[in-house]
Amino acid sequence: MSQATIDADSRPNPLGVGADHPDYLRADSGLRSWLLTKDHKRIALMFYVGVILFLGLGGVFALVLRTELLTPEQTFIDANTYNQMFTLHGITMVWLFMIPAVPTVFGNFVLPIMLGAKDLAFPRINLASFYIYVLSAIILLGAMLAGGADTGWTFYVPYSTTSPTAVTWMGIGIFVNGISSIMTSVNFIVTTHTMRAKGLSWHRMPLFVWATYATSIIILFATPVLGMSLVLLALDHAFGLSLFNPRYGGDPVLFQHLFWFYSHPAVYIMILPSFGVISEVVCSFSHNQPASYRAIAYSSLGIAFIGFFTWGHHMFVAGLSEFDAGVFGALSMFVAIFSAIKVFTWVATLRGGSISFATPMLYFLWFLFLFVFGGMTGVAVATQSLDVHWHDTYFVVAHFHFIMVGGTLTSFLAAAHYWFPKMFGRLYDERVGLLTSVAVFIGFVFTFLPQFLLGNGGMPRRYFTYPERYQWLNVLSTGGAWLLGAGLLLALGNLLLALKWGKRAGPNPWGSRSFEWITASPPSKHNFEETPDIERSAYDYTLSEEVARERAKAR
Amino acid sequence: MSAQRLVEQFESLEKQDHAARLAMWMFLGSETLLFGALFAAYAYYRGMYPDEFVQALHHNSVALGTTNTVVLITSSFTVALGVHFIRENKARLTAGLFVVSTLFGAVFLVVKGIEYSHHIHENALPSGMYTFIDKPPAGVVLGYTLYWFMTALHGLHVIAGMIMLAVVALLCWKGRYGAHRNVAVENVGLYWHLVDVVWIFLWPLFYLTD
Ligand code: HEM
Ligand SMILES: [Cu+2]
Repeated sequence: MSQATIDADSRPNPLGVGADHPDYLRADSGLRSWLLTKDHKRIALMFYVGVILFLGLGGVFALVLRTELLTPEQTFIDANTYNQMFTLHGITMVWLFMIPAVPTVFGNFVLPIMLGAKDLAFPRINLASFYIYVLSAIILLGAMLAGGADTGWTFYVPYSTTSPTAVTWMGIGIFVNGISSIMTSVNFIVTTHTMRAKGLSWHRMPLFVWATYATSIIILFATPVLGMSLVLLALDHAFGLSLFNPRYGGDPVLFQHLFWFYSHPAVYIMILPSFGVISEVVCSFSHNQPASYRAIAYSSLGIAFIGFFTWGHHMFVAGLSEFDAGVFGALSMFVAIFSAIKVFTWVATLRGGSISFATPMLYFLWFLFLFVFGGMTGVAVATQSLDVHWHDTYFVVAHFHFIMVGGTLTSFLAAAHYWFPKMFGRLYDERVGLLTSVAVFIGFVFTFLPQFLLGNGGMPRRYFTYPERYQWLNVLSTGGAWLLGAGLLLALGNLLLALKWGKRAGPNPWGSRSFEWITASPPSKHNFEETPDIERSAYDYTLSEEVARERAKAR
Repeated sequence: MSAQRLVEQFESLEKQDHAARLAMWMFLGSETLLFGALFAAYAYYRGMYPDEFVQALHHNSVALGTTNTVVLITSSFTVALGVHFIRENKARLTAGLFVVSTLFGAVFLVVKGIEYSHHIHENALPSGMYTFIDKPPAGVVLGYTLYWFMTALHGLHVIAGMIMLAVVALLCWKGRYGAHRNVAVENVGLYWHLVDVVWIFLWPLFYLTD
């Protein structure tokens, strides 16, 4: 940055560690050096491209759905197409965007740097994980071309076993996708355990690392169960295995148990990395240490743990006993408690901080609103008596979009802006950033707020026509969806333009104390020459930037 | 030689080895849960159809199942010995023991094959294989389906384990591994123990509880 030129000598490497080496983007050239790279940063960028493509694809499906719902009767697609479209939308968004997005892109990029490591523990497995992700996408897209599926992303039996659509391939595609996330998780967990820099104790680690770590644990334990259930489903669809078919003595409710045993934790797989991003953003832009580091770190583990005991709240109307329903409802509330701990801690962090208001910070505000609102509706639907009214209505759709989509999307965008200078060495246009962020938020709220009202008024989910009286709310929602789409495109455009024309960023444009800002922007191929020596926590804002650097010595 | 095998992202061999071991344990954990879903299904349906399950398991021969248990436990023992000897730098001995273990794996598969062919004769088949007329009662079929699926999945793990054992045996023979370079040997050993342990749970469920 500018002071660098003033007294460059008095500061340890003012351009960041490794600035005298070519950066990772230039270190090797040629297509081959990208496709066969073992550098976690390049792999992160490859995931970035994939994840954004699928966000776009899922977004197109969403717009088709919303446009169909503009009028009460058929607008432009038939019922079958509609069924396939919402299934494709759900599958693409859940498994190709929301679950992998933050960990594979930002986790991959910053986690090793935050730990002071030269790479992840198993770079080859990391690369393999990317190609397996691509393979899963190919299988899923292939299945889409072969007719897709019309079961919804939940694949409930017995319908899914008899549906004439490509359910078998969908199941296999998701299974393969799970292998990729398990590989990434093993890599993250092992890296966090074995590759921390000297002096980087667990309680000095950046909170993003904690979040990714907790997520990886959930993935490791939940994904195999889903994989198994979907393999059984695929075999059933292909060969009539009938394990869940009541006609052959099976119990469809068992499938729901197995499915939600994964898929409830899966919602935390999507949201926990976002918590990590938000924690980094809040601390960096309020230049303050977190109000309680331990509360944020351990509540992630708490959520990871409790998340495994709440799945039954999806099955209140599937014939759970009153007692079971009560237990699952009560356990679900614990998640709300842990989440509330986080929210309070973030807000308390702002107090006494010196806040700089940049785009990622604006996304934090949106995140906070959507998460609190969505979370409170979660508490409401986890109450059995209320859920019987709302189940399978648009209320549930609104709830999970608020929290899950709102959470991942806003934090993904926060991360995209926050780490942009680190990843590419340039700054995006701040005013455009703020503007697109507002557009995204307004679009989002207009899309999903009306859906709470629709659901409460009784409009069921997954129908492509509806009674006249629901129309005005549907029109609002569709309008919001288009605005949201436009906002996202503009945000993407802003970042793409900045790749080439953005101002050069120094190693630490936000004045953050987190460790990834010690390296040059963009970092050199191996991040550090040797593991750094760390003598402070990741949020020590009592120190000046010079001293903070000095206490995290790195070459 | 040992300096050479340090890959560039690690700063010391201890950390590198620690990482490899930890990764294997994580992997084994997730494998366990893969079977966990099936054990859950088994428990659920057995609770629903206690008598039908007994009727289904009646087709299984305790003698063959127990033979296979003995075979696998023995192979686990030879694997453990192999791991022990690599630490003493007796790589060739390890190679030999691993080859023996691989052969035990093959014996296991042969016995399993004999069992499967009996079942086919006796019409004890997974769902989806029946014509309408010869279909046994629903709970019984569920029992067969779970039996076939769980043992077949275990069988796939046996095959995977055999391949790994054989590869590591070959590399041991060629002198790739030794006292100071044995994490891969240990990890394959761990994997084989998992295969063994899963069977030790399958054995009572499918052979001993009628
Ligand atoms: C951490 C963020 C959360 C995410 C990402 C999330 C996501 C979801 C999703 C995706 C669904 C819909 C599943 C479907 O397609 O049927 C859902 C439903 C539900 N959520 Fe959440 N949720 C979150 C937090 C919570 C909390 C804290 C609670 C309870 C305290 C809760 C309770 C419920 C209940 C009871 C349902 C089922 C409603 C029904 O189907 O009738 N959620 N959630
Ligand atoms: Cu849930």
